[in-house]
Amino acid sequence: MRPAFRLTDSTLRDGSHAIRHRFTAAQVRDVVTSLDAAGVPVIEVSHGDGLGGSSFNYGFSGTSEMDLLEVAVAARTDAKIAILMLPGIGIREDLRRAREIGADVARIATHCTEADISEQHLRLAKELGMETVGFLMMAHMITPDELLEQARKMASYGADCVYVVDSAGAMTIDDARARVATLKAELDCQVGVHAHNNLSLAVANSFAAFEEGADQIDGCTTGLGAGAGNCPTEILIAAMERSGIATGVDPLAVMDAAQDVVRPIQPEMGIIDRDGLLLGYAGVYGSFLLHAKRAAERYGVNVKDILLELGERGVVGGQEDMIIDVAVELERRADTARATHTAAASA
Amino acid sequence: MLRCAIVGPGNIGTDLLEKLVRSATLEPVAMVGVDPNSAGLARAKEHGIDASADGIDWLLARADDLDLVFEATSAWVYRQNAPRYADSGLTAVDLTPAKIGPLVVPPVNLGEHLDGRDLNLITCGGQATTPIVHAVSRVCEVPYAEIVSTVASVSAGPGTRQNIDEFTKTTSAALVEVGGAKHGKAIMVLNPADPPILMRNTVFCALPEGYDEEKVASSILEMVDEVASYVPGYRLKNPPVFETDLYETPGGTVPARVVALLEVEGAGDHFPPYAGNLDIMTASAVRVGEAIAAARSAEVPV
Repeated sequence: MRPAFRLTDSTLRDGSHAIRHRFTAAQVRDVVTSLDAAGVPVIEVSHGDGLGGSSFNYGFSGTSEMDLLEVAVAARTDAKIAILMLPGIGIREDLRRAREIGADVARIATHCTEADISEQHLRLAKELGMETVGFLMMAHMITPDELLEQARKMASYGADCVYVVDSAGAMTIDDARARVATLKAELDCQVGVHAHNNLSLAVANSFAAFEEGADQIDGCTTGLGAGAGNCPTEILIAAMERSGIATGVDPLAVMDAAQDVVRPIQPEMGIIDRDGLLLGYAGVYGSFLLHAKRAAERYGVNVKDILLELGERGVVGGQEDMIIDVAVELERRADTARATHTAAASA
Repeated sequence: MLRCAIVGPGNIGTDLLEKLVRSATLEPVAMVGVDPNSAGLARAKEHGIDASADGIDWLLARADDLDLVFEATSAWVYRQNAPRYADSGLTAVDLTPAKIGPLVVPPVNLGEHLDGRDLNLITCGGQATTPIVHAVSRVCEVPYAEIVSTVASVSAGPGTRQNIDEFTKTTSAALVEVGGAKHGKAIMVLNPADPPILMRNTVFCALPEGYDEEKVASSILEMVDEVASYVPGYRLKNPPVFETDLYETPGGTVPARVVALLEVEGAGDHFPPYAGNLDIMTASAVRVGEAIAAARSAEVPV
């Protein structure tokens, strides 16, 4: 039976956040080989923050993403290889290099209100003969109609598909449904959904998106991804098949890939602890989580306070530097409070 | 007084206009665009300045009356205009990221380029961060420098948006060529929060074994004061932060980094104060223009 939607597995891109961008060539080869064998049609490989993401701000790649991309292209037989890039972080040269290596799909990501910075990159990807996706991140922050306006821009630059991306894992089922429905009703191009599991709704939101006509759905095997993780590929596939929806992916093979190949890389993936849940609750960009945990430790402040303050400030994806800013300020505030307390006590 | 023209009546050009009107040594005499309905051109006329929507042909016909051209178009447009200014004997201060002339940051290398005919001001992020990288590299080796520039969405016009790759590439180059780092990387983020955020810049410098924390910190503080002397809203949001870890940077593995968390509040000339990114560009352009004016009046005894 023809698949009812197209799956993109982003374990080797979004999952990069969860292991601080330390994927090895052997891990990439094994993940690509097992997902490809299970029938996963598209596999994304990049630094978690997209091409060019290796940096102080987002974390340096253990192995260069271009080297990993070469391994992925060599390991696949049928699957397409996708890359992600965020204008402002990666540049067109990165995209050209990825194409030369053999990437087939270019996914160009912007904050949901900033679609017009993707024009140069979407057009170049088309010129290079790539399939294109416009990726509107943090899509919970604006209304479905506002999102549509941005999606239209990406479609006009040549996006074959525009994604509703729940980077903060903050969307309720109704939120996801309304955004996909609005885009589906008005756009000529395809519509996709990329869900995070901070509110434990990633699979449910992907189902809701599918019911509203989503053509493409993202998953990460075991959920390996930013924040509390993504929509777990093997669970999505199993649940879809149980619902009589053809996925084109072998459920048992993808379960094996999850258990035997991906789970060993990050055994704890899938737990939604307070910090992961808070991201969804406060609407904070998922990949901030591990950076915030590290800053909390370094400055002796509470990770919860950091995340809430980031939410308060309306910080968007890419502003990981503000985690240090917030942690330092919380530390200074605590020092001042202690000093005042001591002064009062001795007075 | 140097007689000045502004090419490009957009956000940057209009903000620059307001600053030039106040300058004691630079006199704005012409503003040029291509759209007759441009608000910037209308503003120039209100100031009694010749304004034309006929592009630089109109301007070049008057080249003999001009000393200095401030270019506030886009990298792509400037690449076409630059040779024509050179042919007409005009000195150009380029506010686009075209990177044709030498990269200039006033407190770092302006003195070296006062007789130049084509000076490039990098980008807003470059003006905000390169001085800090230089401040660190003058007291210790900087194997790698990285900056993150975040501006309010409403302050980024179409030129900036379509030139985002040029922004990151030109700024990265400046961190090395002017800042003195061995390797550089620049990141730009647009933030749509409402009310708009002030421009933020974060500078990370990799620090080698044996760095002197005291020296690095005081060099940064001195430099912040120097930039603030011509960009009054330029300041550190927090004192410089030193973080130790093993960082595998493109310039090698280092034991530490210094992080400077900067904020730029605009002077509120043409745009509200959140647009520190526009303000630092135009304030730097005025600083460069006034230094050229001072150098030329010193050369020519009256």
